Amino acid sequence: MTAALTARRGILARRGAAAGAMVALLLAAALVGPWLAPFGYEQQDLDRRLEGPTRDHALGLDELGRDVLSRLLVGARVSVAVGLSVVGLAGTIGTLLGAVAGAIGGRADALLMRTIDVFLAFPGILLAIALVAVLGPALEHVVLALVVIGWVGYARLARGQVLQLREQEFVLAARAAGVPLARLVRVHLLPNVLPVVIVQASLGLAGAILAEASLSFLGLGIQPPTPSWGAMINAGRSHLLDAPHLTLVPGLAIVFAVLSLNFLGDALVDRLDPRRRAR
Amino acid sequence: MTRVVLRRLLLAVPTTLAVATLVFSLIHLIPGDPVLIMLGDGAQPTDVEELRAKLGLDKPLVEQYGIFLAGLGRGDLGRSLHFDQPVAQLLGRHYPATVVLAFAAMGLAIAVSLPLGMLAAYRHDGWIDRSARLFSLLGVSVPNFWLGPLAILLFSIQLGWLPVSGWSDWKSLVLPAATLGAALAALLTRMVRSALAEELGKPYLVTARAKGLRPFRVATLHALRNALVPVVTVVGLQFGSLLTGAILTETIFGWPGLGRLLIQAIRLRDFPLVQGSVLVIAVTYVAVNLVTDLLYAWLDPRIRVS
Repeated sequence: MTAALTARRGILARRGAAAGAMVALLLAAALVGPWLAPFGYEQQDLDRRLEGPTRDHALGLDELGRDVLSRLLVGARVSVAVGLSVVGLAGTIGTLLGAVAGAIGGRADALLMRTIDVFLAFPGILLAIALVAVLGPALEHVVLALVVIGWVGYARLARGQVLQLREQEFVLAARAAGVPLARLVRVHLLPNVLPVVIVQASLGLAGAILAEASLSFLGLGIQPPTPSWGAMINAGRSHLLDAPHLTLVPGLAIVFAVLSLNFLGDALVDRLDPRRRAR
Repeated sequence: MTRVVLRRLLLAVPTTLAVATLVFSLIHLIPGDPVLIMLGDGAQPTDVEELRAKLGLDKPLVEQYGIFLAGLGRGDLGRSLHFDQPVAQLLGRHYPATVVLAFAAMGLAIAVSLPLGMLAAYRHDGWIDRSARLFSLLGVSVPNFWLGPLAILLFSIQLGWLPVSGWSDWKSLVLPAATLGAALAALLTRMVRSALAEELGKPYLVTARAKGLRPFRVATLHALRNALVPVVTVVGLQFGSLLTGAILTETIFGWPGLGRLLIQAIRLRDFPLVQGSVLVIAVTYVAVNLVTDLLYAWLDPRIRVS
């Protein structure tokens, strides 16, 4: 191995570790953040509305005199919970459908592809907005809408992988030996599809967090008084002049979350793809 | 080429029909009675029945679907409940603003990403390359509903250079277009950089340089032309994200386009207007994808032939 290659691997490993640490921080904030929050997220101090950062309120107070840090931490839990639910559900449904359709082939496969085409004919978030608009704004409707637009990507990915695997000898051998379809998918195909799906999921988590924030920004997502980063930015917009921290802080949180998940996704791609690793 | 065009046009028909069907079924996904939800609590039973008849919701589902499709054929999208005007008319009035915004954003994104991506590819690992990579990374991670308010804070409130909202002259277009185009600019910079870097290593360019052609000519005339083919596809496909991004951007800047109209319609529970806006945005997306496909076939003879 050349020195340059070793050095490059070192850089990649460090980047991966940094991305992992950032994502761990995000997850920790979501998990224990609400307990660490110095104040209740609904607790108001009306006399000190819109106050900037002080010793007792590290990130200031919002338009209703609530502690911004506490709301940010509770908002982290909301964002991560929505993101994980969406990625978990969309990833499971999409991967299973894609893998099974790819394994069966023929009409089932054609039907899946046409369905995917219809979903792809819609710009993703538009369909989510339309669904939440008719279902009504609520946490579970946001998750549902994002799963509806999210499963397609996993289905396509899993199907593509399975189509490649189908021609490989171990799969041909399993089929020749009469392994039933369910077992073929579960034992032989899914384990080989999973690594790629996991990479997609880490990028998908960033996308889901961003989409939830967008919907909440538009007033179609998480409803007050439950804090959501997107809704916090929207509320802060009316106070750009007198309290810019209300817009700045939740935005930075979103950027941190999305950036760290994208970093992690990139690091995972590098690890899984030997061609990229060698470059 | 004519055959390619015809085939793609035919393929767009079932897609458009599927989009229309999805939009039609939206109103039936409303949990409970859609008419009651539109009118709100405390609506008089006579009003409820009147609206139900007006929307055609008292007819059998199949008949409703037929009426919906026949209406679409005539360009009739129903009547807005809140504005009491034909939906098609309202959409027609707001459509140009969204198109102007989307094209301005796209133009701006191309104007920034082309030179930046080129410089980054030529000066691999130099400071321009590093800044370009940082820009690409930040651009796709910063949500436009945050970038917009920040831009307003800096350029409108602090510096007073540009208007906060609305659409009056070219100045009012700058911030919305920049906000909407930022993510695309970031993505395209990355694409141009990697496509060009790959192209520059190809044998035909080594030949061109060996023949004594000036490096600038080789880089622009020879390499760029081929490197841009995949970039064109991305630009086309990303037009959809510009359309949906416009929903957020228009809301931030009070831009009188389709996106803001859609959000307004949702808040007002004006479902015919919601359906119409969603349909027009989606059909525009289908049309842009079609044009992108054709453009791609025209640019790359290999696709045309196969």
